[in-house]
Amino acid sequence: MLTISQTTYDAIVAHAKRDHPDEACGVVAGPEGSDRPERFIEMVNAAGSPTFYEFDSTDLLALYREMDDRDEEPVVIYHSHTATEAYPSVTDIGLASEPGAHYVLVSTREHGNNDGSVEFRSYRIVDGVVTEEEVDVVPALPTD
Amino acid sequence: MTIEVRIPTILRTYTDGEKAVPGEGASLAALIDDLEANHPGIKERLIDSTDNGEDLRRFVNVYVNDEDVRFIGGLEAELSDGDEVVVLPAVAGG
Repeated sequence: MLTISQTTYDAIVAHAKRDHPDEACGVVAGPEGSDRPERFIEMVNAAGSPTFYEFDSTDLLALYREMDDRDEEPVVIYHSHTATEAYPSVTDIGLASEPGAHYVLVSTREHGNNDGSVEFRSYRIVDGVVTEEEVDVVPALPTD
Repeated sequence: MTIEVRIPTILRTYTDGEKAVPGEGASLAALIDDLEANHPGIKERLIDSTDNGEDLRRFVNVYVNDEDVRFIGGLEAELSDGDEVVVLPAVAGG
């Protein structure tokens, strides 16, 4: 199960809506081993595409160095689908390289840049196997 | 000559869980061959072999002292003692 705060959930949705019809992407980092998505980090989609996303290679290195310095890991890796459902594509599955991360997919196909609900779903992707999991949106992450 | 190579989570199965391993080589290609000798199987995850020769896999990023190797010669990028090489899989999808 992915437990995520309402603030972070809203930030991911806002990013996806803003970048529609291109795919939006980013990370929510958290302390190593904590499974707590605490630090929301929007990334630029270097592909600038409605059907593909890729972190810029320089940004990617900076991101991993920063997480390393802070003893963090990518707890959530999110991106949007803008014309299809919020389910990992064959490409998503083939390129997934963080077996410990929650892969969040948001679909903006229904309302685009406008207000309105989105599909927000989360998956584990390990060795090409996709497992959907429940998403629990909480007012704040538990402090314990 | 020793070069520190930072290994991403997904490839640590080849390095007994180590986050960084030492390697040797005057070029990135030579370094990867050296890694393969000590961590069999890792080369295939980094390099794509085709009829046109070998190249870095499209969705694997390698940096030498923070420079993306694609801008400094790819597999031919020159290495020196004390260099730091970072391997990071692309975060990408469709």
